[in-house]
Amino acid sequence: MYIRDTIAAVSTPPGNGGIGIIRVSGDNAAAVGNTIFKPVCDGGLVSHRFSFGTICDKATGEKIDEAMAVYMRAPHSYTREDVLELHCHGGWLVVERVLALVLSCGVRLADPGEFTRRAFLNGRIDLIQAEAVMDIIASRSEAALQLAQKQSEGALSVRIEGVRVCLLRALALVEAYIDFPDDDLGETDVAAILVSVGEAQNTITGLLSTFEEGRVMRDGVSVLIVGKPNAGKSSLLNRLLNENRAIVTHIPGTTRDIIEETVNFDGLSVRLLDTAGIRHTDDLVEQEGISRALEKIPQADLVLAVFDASSEFSQEDQLILDALAGRRTVAVLNKTDLQQRFLFPNVDRFAAIVRIIALSGDGIDLLKQTVCKQFLHSGTTDSRELVALSRARHRDALVSAEHCLRQFYSGLSDRNLELLALDLRGALQAVGAVTGQTATDEVLDLIFSSFCIGK
Amino acid sequence: MVTYDQIYDVIVVGAGHAGCEAALAAARMACRTMLVTINLDAIALMSCNPSIGGLAKGHLVKEIDALGGEMAKNIDATGIHFRILNAKKGPAVRASRAQADKQLYRIRMKRVLEQQENLDLKQGEVTSLYVENGELRGVELQSGIRYLSKTVVVTTGTFMRGLIHIGLNHYPGGRAGDQPSVGLSDQLKVLGFNVGRLKTGTPARLDARSIDFSKMETQFGDDLPQPFSLSTEKICLPQIPCHIAYTNERTHDIIRSGLDRSPLYSGIIEGVGPRYCPSIEDKVVRYPEKDRHQTFIEPEGLNTTEVYPSGMSTSLPIDIQIAFYRSIAGLERVEIMRPAYAIEYDYVDPIQLHNSLETKVIKNLYHAGQINGTSGYEEAAGQGIIAGINAALRATGREPLVLTRSQAYIGVMIDDLVTLGTQDPYRMFTSRAEYRLLLREDNADLRLREIGHQLGLVSDDEFDLFTKKRRMIAEEMGRIACTRLVNSSSQLTVLANRGIENIQKGTTLEHLLKRPDVCYADLAELDTVSRETPQQIREQVEIQTKYKGYIDRQLQQVEQSKKLETARIPVNLDYASIKSLTTEVREKLSKNRPDTLGQASRIPGITPAAISILAIALKSSSWKDNGQ
Repeated sequence: MYIRDTIAAVSTPPGNGGIGIIRVSGDNAAAVGNTIFKPVCDGGLVSHRFSFGTICDKATGEKIDEAMAVYMRAPHSYTREDVLELHCHGGWLVVERVLALVLSCGVRLADPGEFTRRAFLNGRIDLIQAEAVMDIIASRSEAALQLAQKQSEGALSVRIEGVRVCLLRALALVEAYIDFPDDDLGETDVAAILVSVGEAQNTITGLLSTFEEGRVMRDGVSVLIVGKPNAGKSSLLNRLLNENRAIVTHIPGTTRDIIEETVNFDGLSVRLLDTAGIRHTDDLVEQEGISRALEKIPQADLVLAVFDASSEFSQEDQLILDALAGRRTVAVLNKTDLQQRFLFPNVDRFAAIVRIIALSGDGIDLLKQTVCKQFLHSGTTDSRELVALSRARHRDALVSAEHCLRQFYSGLSDRNLELLALDLRGALQAVGAVTGQTATDEVLDLIFSSFCIGK
Repeated sequence: MVTYDQIYDVIVVGAGHAGCEAALAAARMACRTMLVTINLDAIALMSCNPSIGGLAKGHLVKEIDALGGEMAKNIDATGIHFRILNAKKGPAVRASRAQADKQLYRIRMKRVLEQQENLDLKQGEVTSLYVENGELRGVELQSGIRYLSKTVVVTTGTFMRGLIHIGLNHYPGGRAGDQPSVGLSDQLKVLGFNVGRLKTGTPARLDARSIDFSKMETQFGDDLPQPFSLSTEKICLPQIPCHIAYTNERTHDIIRSGLDRSPLYSGIIEGVGPRYCPSIEDKVVRYPEKDRHQTFIEPEGLNTTEVYPSGMSTSLPIDIQIAFYRSIAGLERVEIMRPAYAIEYDYVDPIQLHNSLETKVIKNLYHAGQINGTSGYEEAAGQGIIAGINAALRATGREPLVLTRSQAYIGVMIDDLVTLGTQDPYRMFTSRAEYRLLLREDNADLRLREIGHQLGLVSDDEFDLFTKKRRMIAEEMGRIACTRLVNSSSQLTVLANRGIENIQKGTTLEHLLKRPDVCYADLAELDTVSRETPQQIREQVEIQTKYKGYIDRQLQQVEQSKKLETARIPVNLDYASIKSLTTEVREKLSKNRPDTLGQASRIPGITPAAISILAIALKSSSWKDNGQ
């Protein structure tokens, strides 16, 4: 239920940052501002103007922080309610104290996503937009942000509308033969029906294939680095991170636990997991590390299998290949500056093979590109032209539409027209659920504009 | 103004197809009822085509019959050409159609009305509703008499400010040969109704003696005419054929040469015509690539030479009419007995109605038929019976009857009208029904008979027949579900003759019947009990078995939508105060004032987000306080 009380929350990510923003939304926003914020200039808060001043605790008279404040009067605000934003210094302690002060003015702490929910309920944004905004907030990388922006502008809606029109056209043809048996329409034009359905089907299939891409951009991908001890996994990690995160020694088995870091490859958010080298060992700690590494394999989106080019293909390498069966794997051949002794037993099982020198950084850029290519089919992370399905709801709608169309095709030879119409209607309904449209009158419009009907 | 000394429960204005059903329903529900019409000789007149039924319309007629209405019985008694359309397609889209002897149809209906208890017939023109302090009290006639009533059903057809066009000539008329109704629509406007203008048309009536039928294709009705009504045992009138003729390029040239004198193309006609029933000049202009248009030459009766060329309606001047009809093969020497014409008339925006057909503007006032923007006898009758029933229910202090979209085509039609309104004359199509597989002609009784009986419109005898049928269907469904093949040699032979092999022993008859290559008649050869099953039971068992998967799917959809359909919106809900709705949505909802969330969701431009907001708003306590 939507209660019109005043809510507040910290709007910047947790942790220490340059500034921290506390957002207040609701009828009491202005009152809160006037209570705790003292502008340097006279005249109080003016809508849509930043003012500089101090945040004070009236009860104690204590000055908590210097801050900027902006007040946005309804309806010209994100939630279409009165909104106050306090931009203070980003130390977590300060932000916490300011929030506590705001809440002491009879304001409730907002639920997660409540600002966006209010924006939606107040008609500021529609459902698809609301979902996209949640994505913008949660997006971890540039590419995901662009996708979210694109979707909020309705690019996805345009493609889905295209599917809808094709389905409408097919349904209109089917319905015309059902409702006008005496109207001299000739035989059922199956070919024309199939053309329209086929077109819809193709678009749906295309959109569904972009789903994976959309998910990857929003959630990022996890990339697991495995290899036998001393193949150079940790050196590779440090190279990819551009910092000395992992301890690198020449002693095999240095990395015992899993090291996890998030990095941005040209717009793609990548969670890198460095693991203990895989080998037979009696060291209990190392054994535990190895079994943890093996456990991670099924969860990873991609595995980087690191091999030492200067040593021969070993039993340990085979052990690793066995553990990776069926996983998408990029082979990374390290130490390619040394004398080459390594030979792959089976080249075809790898999605790609990249030669690098982890110590010098040679081949690292190529490896980054190769990783991106595994997820983004266009090979670039420029998402401006990309319409990707990034929401499970959209995907579900299209999957269910596709299911209906499969039933349509399977029934073509032996089912009556009205049953085929049921399948087309099912598909239309599924697609319409994304954009919120119903079809009946449009079907009739199409019939009357395509056929000469009437007695 | 004299006031008549008795007070009616229900007054029905207009005695067309809507008015007749409304008056009969009210009178049969034991209400004191009066039916008033401009011309008592034109009761239930078929002003346009002499036929009843067709796709979706046949469905409506069977529903009216199941509820206890008269239309099906009337066409059965006066039909001269019966045909099942889409016989080769599935059961949901099969439909009955029949042509009537137009005069017999009207005379029989008048007799039924005259014999109806509680029903008075009056001739006269209603010039205004009698409204006192905003309350409806009755009607006032041109003759200076005022009749009082608790409720009024208005079914004015094409009569309100009717204007007839033939070429550039036009004159007031309710229909060719009848006076229009003047005054009533002006009053409705004053009362707050949105009155608009629609147009329809009818072809010329031709003299059969001047037609060479040998040049045309002959179309016979079905060998075994199937009645519409559950109560009809046999079609008794002689059956006669129709003929099919075609226009040609010369016809089209003649039509084009007269367009400058067409009231349609010269902008004289302002009313919107029906999309599905364009005039011949409309077809020629809009489909220039079509080299011929089909027409069925339909007899208007057994004892008349007048025939009706379907699809040839026009408002072109009379000289063009004569020339273009005569350009058609077989009609070279045709004589026109009555010219074709277009007619413009006033209708009232159906958005101003509740689902019960009571107006939202004036309590106890009901609208049915063309006044609501529909076209077609069956559509009119379907609304008529509901308006009559609901007026009677109101007069006796009971809750209204509202048929849902999953229950009847009548429900679909009324919901469409009151939710979406209409821009052109509304006709029923099967594609309008989202639960088409549930709303079949063959199960109209299973859907509605019980309701008709509860209302008192279906007699106990008729209802007993129905419950017996319903029981037999259920029993037979149960029996074939647990009767198994024993694979006796005789059974195997029967199956082999059908080309069916590898049927496992123990297969149920139900399972066998699900196969596309098996019908109930085949079962009768496999099993002695099936042989005894009457035809109407066989039909139901076969349809319900074969389509079970689809039917279940639709029933599931009905169940899912129930939540929205049953969520009622308070009549006086102040949309302006729901700030979270966009201005556009607020305006649409304030204009339509839907009765349920389900209706609201069908209004174009009302997004799922808006429905969510509305649902939340309805749940919040503040609305409960100032609700109904």
